[in-house]
Amino acid sequence: MVKKGKILSFFLILVLLAVLIGFTAKPLIHKVNLGLDLKGGFEVLYQVRTIDGHKPSKSTLNDAVSAIQKRINVLGVSEPQISIEGSDRIRVQLAGVKDQAQARELLSTTAHLTFRDVNDKLMMDGSELVPGKARVEYNELNQPYVALKIKDANKFAKVTKEILQKPAPDNKLVIWLDWKKGLSYKEESKKEKPAFISAPSVTEELNTNNVMITGSFTTEEAQNLADLLNAGALPVKMKEVYSNSVGAQLGVNALNKAITAGIVGIIAIFLFMLIFYRFGGLIANITLVAYIYLVLAVFVGMQAVLTLPGIAALILGVGMAVDANIITLERIKEEIRSGKSIRSAFKAGNHRSFGTIFDANLTTILAGIVMFFYGTSSVKGFAIMLIISILASFITAVFGARLLTALWVSSRALDQKPGYFGVKKGDIRDL
Amino acid sequence: MIFKNFDFVKHRNKFFTFSIVLSILGIISLFVFGLNLGIDFASGTRVDLQAKHPLSINEVTAEFEKMGFRTERPVLSGQNHNIASVTLRDVLSQKEEVKVKADIKEKFGVEPNVSKVSPQIGRELAKNAFWAVLISSVFIIIYVWIRFEFLQGLAAVIALLHDAFFIISVFSLLHLEVNIVFIAAVLTIVGYSINDTIVTFDRIRENMQNRKKKAKTFEDLADIINTSIRQTLVRSINTVVTVLIAVIALMIFGSHEIWTFNVAIFVGLICGVYSSIFIASPLWAVMKFQYMKKERKRKKLPQVQS
Repeated sequence: MVKKGKILSFFLILVLLAVLIGFTAKPLIHKVNLGLDLKGGFEVLYQVRTIDGHKPSKSTLNDAVSAIQKRINVLGVSEPQISIEGSDRIRVQLAGVKDQAQARELLSTTAHLTFRDVNDKLMMDGSELVPGKARVEYNELNQPYVALKIKDANKFAKVTKEILQKPAPDNKLVIWLDWKKGLSYKEESKKEKPAFISAPSVTEELNTNNVMITGSFTTEEAQNLADLLNAGALPVKMKEVYSNSVGAQLGVNALNKAITAGIVGIIAIFLFMLIFYRFGGLIANITLVAYIYLVLAVFVGMQAVLTLPGIAALILGVGMAVDANIITLERIKEEIRSGKSIRSAFKAGNHRSFGTIFDANLTTILAGIVMFFYGTSSVKGFAIMLIISILASFITAVFGARLLTALWVSSRALDQKPGYFGVKKGDIRDL
Repeated sequence: MIFKNFDFVKHRNKFFTFSIVLSILGIISLFVFGLNLGIDFASGTRVDLQAKHPLSINEVTAEFEKMGFRTERPVLSGQNHNIASVTLRDVLSQKEEVKVKADIKEKFGVEPNVSKVSPQIGRELAKNAFWAVLISSVFIIIYVWIRFEFLQGLAAVIALLHDAFFIISVFSLLHLEVNIVFIAAVLTIVGYSINDTIVTFDRIRENMQNRKKKAKTFEDLADIINTSIRQTLVRSINTVVTVLIAVIALMIFGSHEIWTFNVAIFVGLICGVYSSIFIASPLWAVMKFQYMKKERKRKKLPQVQS
């Protein structure tokens, strides 16, 4: 007796899977963050030194990162990646930047902080600030403001006096990072994202070292302003020690080639599995599709960046995912050959192959973890993809395939049909 | 089945000799030819350019000479040789880089890829790569030790170091570029190769437990191992075949940037399946039997005295 209900639920799962993938695959693929080797862009590792050649302190390094962020925002690049490496290095990755030369030059010149009036006349520059003293504080209403320290109170008194002579709203001391000829406060203040950092109003003549900048900041904005002031007070020199730039055209070519290779490779694997394992191969192929979808979903969810080695890891991962299927299917075949019924062979095969798959995958994950900690950017990308692939393949190939096959096996539709698993009747030993 | 009656353990010395000879050839090759270290491990500048027409080595060299740079021999690739990789031993300054890019774009029509590594970073990358292989080996030994036994962990790691060294030898012999992606490939092979070995060891463990009598003689061990290898053989080969299918697709259709990666994986996969079948388990048999003999002696000694 064939239990039709089980087979029906098999097809129901299949349809659900197809609907899920069909509707979400396209938006998912568009959300994948492509690395610079796939869409062009550049990556630079800077070694940071203070102007007098010393190693920077941790806070100086953090301030420098804020300054770089601000400068990159001016370039209008989406999703720049900036990270501190070791004790004195900053890695900047900009994918899809249009004018690489301009961006590189901007980043490697020393940041210059200036204070100007509304007509862009220079009033003072960052060297007047005491380095590292700008910080966020809170007033009694718990609103954040930025406190900073000036080296020379007299000079600041003169600056504020001059600003005060202008009527509101022109009594502003505009703070700029990297001001250059052609930029004007009047133009920039109309923009949503102005090129200057901040434009506080001066309300009184300040003959003091301690200055407050108040305004309707969020804590984050205030912290950002404080970082930028510190970065401007103690500018750093940044030397390129490693760089990698990829032309946009070449990046796109690489991506297209990798996709072609992936499609061809995966179809070939599908055929191989179908020929060798028949019904088992079909189930394996269904779980492979689920595997690829799952890997992409996790990858997008983690907001990881897909690089060329990452694609290679994904395609190789298909091979790994197949492996788990092969181990199980071979085991089931063996059990069928030894004379067991399809149902008990399926049960024994699953049970016995689990430990093998577990040990084999875990050792590969070990290698992946080591790669993640010891690798630099592109190898890291490879390692992340490898680990995700192994986990996803474990879930889909072990549990997914088991569930799907179980529905057929327990429906009894496969009883007495060892050919469905690629076993010849003549090879079966009598019990 | 091809290996149905093949005695893997009996012929072990042939395979050991084969692997030792290969390794010695590899060492010689390393001394004679060295490794073609990419800029990742040396330092310098690498320019990957693509043209709309087929390129010749002379054309590319001449173009760089015109810009005032001496290059090492460019490597051409692509279906009609329209891609060239050029290595300069100097680290270009930012201005030079901008100029090279502009000139090449004007001459060949496509903006090139430029990668620069300073000597200090190159050293660090090489150091990290070395540690990565070493540390993963240690972790693997420990894991196999816990799940199986120490001697199997040792045999597995010898097999994987054999594979890693074989890839390095092939790269030395064919003068292929060794770069940071190559390291990722070697580490992947380490993972794969251990995978195959573990599957076989797993079966050996199971067959040992299922045996009614404890294995005492070398023949007993050999019998268990031969059975286990035969039982897992189809699986080992089929797994490698599927991954090879993926790699071959990447080699034919993938971009040339990951060509060396694919070659390394290709070589490593074949070497890996060979070593897990013909080296790891027979090697373990030899070590295990030596250990068993020593144990027996140790147990016998007090009896002699009393």
